[in-house]
Amino acid sequence: MQGVGSATASAPTARRLSVVRWHAFAATALPFVVVGAIWEIVAHLEIFPARLFPSLETIASAFVRLTVSGLLPQHAVDTVLRLVSGFALAAAVGVSIGIAMGRWRLAEDLSLPLVSMGAPIPGIAYAPLFLLWFGLGNVSTILLVGFVSAFPIIFNTWTGVKAVKEVWVRAALAMGADDRRLFHKVILPGALPHILTGLRLGLAQAWRILIGVEMLAAVPWGLGWMIFGAREFLNTDVMLAGIVVIGAIGLALEKLVFKRLEDFTVVRWGMMT
Amino acid sequence: MSALAERTRSLRRYATSLLLAAVVYEGLARSGAFAPALLPPLATVGRALIDGVLDGTLPAHALATLYRVLMGLALAIAIALPLGILMGRYRPIEGFFLPLASALMPIPSLAWVPLFILWFGLGNATAIGIVCYAAIFPMLINAWSGVRAVNPLWLRVANAMGAGERTLFWKVIVPGSLPFLLAGLRQAFLRAWIAVVGAEMLAASDWGLGWVIFDAKEFLKADVMLAALTVIGLIGFAFERLVFGALERLTVERWGMLRTGKG
Repeated sequence: MQGVGSATASAPTARRLSVVRWHAFAATALPFVVVGAIWEIVAHLEIFPARLFPSLETIASAFVRLTVSGLLPQHAVDTVLRLVSGFALAAAVGVSIGIAMGRWRLAEDLSLPLVSMGAPIPGIAYAPLFLLWFGLGNVSTILLVGFVSAFPIIFNTWTGVKAVKEVWVRAALAMGADDRRLFHKVILPGALPHILTGLRLGLAQAWRILIGVEMLAAVPWGLGWMIFGAREFLNTDVMLAGIVVIGAIGLALEKLVFKRLEDFTVVRWGMMT
Repeated sequence: MSALAERTRSLRRYATSLLLAAVVYEGLARSGAFAPALLPPLATVGRALIDGVLDGTLPAHALATLYRVLMGLALAIAIALPLGILMGRYRPIEGFFLPLASALMPIPSLAWVPLFILWFGLGNATAIGIVCYAAIFPMLINAWSGVRAVNPLWLRVANAMGAGERTLFWKVIVPGSLPFLLAGLRQAFLRAWIAVVGAEMLAASDWGLGWVIFDAKEFLKADVMLAALTVIGLIGFAFERLVFGALERLTVERWGMLRTGKG
């Protein structure tokens, strides 16, 4: 009965679905249109100087100009490369320390005080110190990004390993699993939802810090430097174009990378909905 | 092993760990492998900290930073709290502001620093603006989801007992969403604390802990930097533990709304 009903109704349902989708799209677009219109009106009335408050056309043309000349892609690629290297460092070190802390009491007691003392200091505050120690440029930037984003990764991995159900561990041991198998088949998958949360938080933190550090570290390329350097020439259109790109990359990291990763692992295994 | 013995063992290891880290640091600093200006011994850092506190400069810098954070935070709360609650209560408002918030949220607050410098000049206004931007989104999202998470049964019960819109708001919705509001405040403070340090470094004004650290770099004074870092860490820690911890104990924990083992 159900099958017959849905088969005959499929054509109108598809049409209704597209209408619903169109409505959802319009509802999402509306606020942007309204804000864009207000921005346009304020810009064209020239209440503020046009150099400081450029119209949307000016911003768009700056975006197109910078993209065609290859400057903007180059800045963006450099920023993303720094982010990826710093984050990879943080992920490798953070997950290892977190797992060690979760498995061995000694490691936990020894590293917890240091980690909990370092964590509440805002990462950007370390930036001048890192610049002094490792010089201006890429090394400082990548190390700082790695250092800062390691904290949430360590904390969440540690919690995740500790949250693995004792029953699972005992069951695996009773079925004769050795240390290696226990780790690969029980502890790692069991802790994975927490580890992924930690990685996600770490990446968000890395992204926030990186933009600030690029402004301080005077690296020749990078989106942070691009918008900070534009200040000297009052190029607000370049700044706003850069901010848009920064926002788009941030959104893509969150939505495309982590959503996928979660769907492939913990959601598929039925550990998270 | 009894719980007490375990706790003393953990405490002993805690102290050992800190001592060990201090010894390693001191050994590196005194080995002469690094310039003492870059890696000062702990005694020098301690002296810089005490000197700074005694001559009144560090407290003054700390006050300037706190003023910026609290002003920015207050501004963010004044905007985000009513807006978040309205978004939770009324669908059209939610439909309008949620897409905007999701588009702005992934932009790091420090990305706005150069623009705010041009708009508001160097100094307090820029720093407060950046803090406000950083703090607004955690507050907004938590207020919104807090209001939506209020048990609909409570609303119906209150309605059935004849509560007006006002009573409903003050007696049911606000207390019901308070755990979320406090969590939002906590996150907002953490973000604001990062943002204020960054903004002070970039939008160089003459006061503020971020500015002290940045300025010390020019003169290779790593001891002053580490002293200022310590103060930044202590203030952040104090807010997290004392202020927000006390707020939670006085309200939601006393009302029994928080499970004991909070995630």
